[in-house]
Amino acid sequence: MDVQLLTFIIVGASFALYIAIAIWARAGSTTDFYVAGGGVPPVINGMATAADWMSAASFISMAGLISFMGYDGAVYLMGWTGGYVLLALCLAPYLRKFGKFTVPDFIGDRYYSQTARTVAVFCAIFVCFTYVAGQMRGVGVVFSRFLEVDIVTGVVIGMAIVFFYTVLGGMKGITYTQVAQYCVLIFAYLVPCVFISMMVTGHILPQTAFGATLADGSGIYMLDKLDQLSVDLGFTEYTNGSKSTIDVFFITFALMVGTAGLPHVIVRFFTVPKVRDARKSAGWALLFIAILYTTAPALASFGRVNMIETINGPDMAGTEISERPEWIRNWEKTGLITINDKNNDGKMYYSAGKASDPASANEVDVDRDIMVLANPEIANLPAWVIALVAAGGVAAALSTSAGLLLVISTSVSHDLLKRNFAPNITDKAELFYARLAAGVAIVIAGYFGINPPGFVAQVVAFAFGLAASSFFPAIIMGIFSKRMNGKGAISGMIAGIAFTAAYIIYFKFVNPAANTPDNWWFGISPEGIGTMGMMVNFVVAFVVYKMTGEAPQEIQDMVESIRFPKGAGEASGH
Amino acid sequence: MAFKNDDDKAAYWKENLSLLAKLLVVWFVVSFGAGILFVDALNEIRFFGFKLGFWFAQQGSIYVFVVLIFVYMAKMNALDKKYGVDEE
Repeated sequence: MDVQLLTFIIVGASFALYIAIAIWARAGSTTDFYVAGGGVPPVINGMATAADWMSAASFISMAGLISFMGYDGAVYLMGWTGGYVLLALCLAPYLRKFGKFTVPDFIGDRYYSQTARTVAVFCAIFVCFTYVAGQMRGVGVVFSRFLEVDIVTGVVIGMAIVFFYTVLGGMKGITYTQVAQYCVLIFAYLVPCVFISMMVTGHILPQTAFGATLADGSGIYMLDKLDQLSVDLGFTEYTNGSKSTIDVFFITFALMVGTAGLPHVIVRFFTVPKVRDARKSAGWALLFIAILYTTAPALASFGRVNMIETINGPDMAGTEISERPEWIRNWEKTGLITINDKNNDGKMYYSAGKASDPASANEVDVDRDIMVLANPEIANLPAWVIALVAAGGVAAALSTSAGLLLVISTSVSHDLLKRNFAPNITDKAELFYARLAAGVAIVIAGYFGINPPGFVAQVVAFAFGLAASSFFPAIIMGIFSKRMNGKGAISGMIAGIAFTAAYIIYFKFVNPAANTPDNWWFGISPEGIGTMGMMVNFVVAFVVYKMTGEAPQEIQDMVESIRFPKGAGEASGH
Repeated sequence: MAFKNDDDKAAYWKENLSLLAKLLVVWFVVSFGAGILFVDALNEIRFFGFKLGFWFAQQGSIYVFVVLIFVYMAKMNALDKKYGVDEE
């Protein structure tokens, strides 16, 4: 059977599974819709959280990024996992005890302010839309490459599937489909990687193969060979990065704190029955995430060795362009690999220069996003593995989109509509508006997936920076400082966001030409500035609090009551 | 009132914070310490086929993170029981 037919069958079967689960787990009330009835077992919730968190970026792009960044790729590996430690230790159990549906609910109640609630709602909606547009794009790319339908059709199919189970099932439908999606995506990620580890080093586990000797009997460690290859071709050593230490530090911190502040991640911990389950569920979530995140750097290094050897040949002198393998031809059609035979010797050669630069020796440009998808083809794996990877990529994108869309719909129907405009609305009507909002959000997300604004990648830095500089400090102070008052927290959030947004907008949009380490403050890139925004938030909040006095006694009592588990009820809207 | 008295409440919170502090120190040391600030020094040490600093940055810190959360969970559940504020 050919790859395309197999891909249709495997992707189609996975879709049928998601729809069947959605029908089985329909939502009957707002509690079902917002927090899955609050009755999800911790291990299941951990798995769903992992699928929710691991997006098309984690599945498709991350290993490719690491492959081209080497050591510097650690900012993503540590940043996107270390945040769960903060989440589990400092946020999740307390927010679960607080027992409301959403993050803006906490901010609004804790700081006794409708303004704070509304600011939080708009931040949440902005962060989620940023993300979801990228996910829809990921679905489109997978469809167009593997099923050879155009991107528009791909996005529309993806929208239809997500629409079906988000609108019908709400959080309950999403949670159980995400469990299925986690299984599909992790299997799809591990299978090709195990094959490749076996081929390169003879180890089954990618995590140990990563530090093993090559299978060719030379006794050379894989990473040493990769360092040597990189240096020979004019790159920096793979295991040494090229970013400055301070920048790596700040980016990692911003990603960690941003992760802990992302509303679609936090809301997952409202779905478990007890405070102790929230702690446990965070542990399971990180364990399930770690399986992919410790595999990714191994995949990245094997992929890089394979790619260099395929293009440059075993003797590192280049290979005949006319005899280039099928996978290069396939990706050339999508424009993600380009070959430019500059010295007209009929051979292609990959090195540190740019293919577009006539003076450099490099003749091949490879887009970083294709590493995971192309890896099975590069390593000549069987067709079903390639089909599986396509299904995994779609599962990763769909599971994250659904989680994000749910936060958008909750924010609109619950935080904006019920809390601001129509407090007496019935449960049934609120549920109707939640579904309507989810439907509208999917259409908008689909539009951005088909017509991606050129700045999707830049805006992701924005999403993390915003979460790091606004939500995280406000929630932390809300729990750990019972006297922190509303004025302090609101000024902190506004100062943090304004500072972070100004820095990012200046370097990414107003004056992109100046976006070099020489012009950055203290050498901190826009990706890492959220860390400083967070500090600004803390300092401003503290100063304003000192000038305006303590929070009211009933708020302090409320904070004391969320600090221990006993008496945690089901999450509710009242 | 969930606690027997205010002293218990203060003691519970103090123990909670001290546990948090200890775990967060480990969190910081393995990631920002071993993986970033001292990565060059640790890279002089070999750990199987890895340079040690590189291993912490791309593998080791993630394993430690997972362990930290489960340790926290076990210790906090025990602490809740000790002060009678667990959910059973």
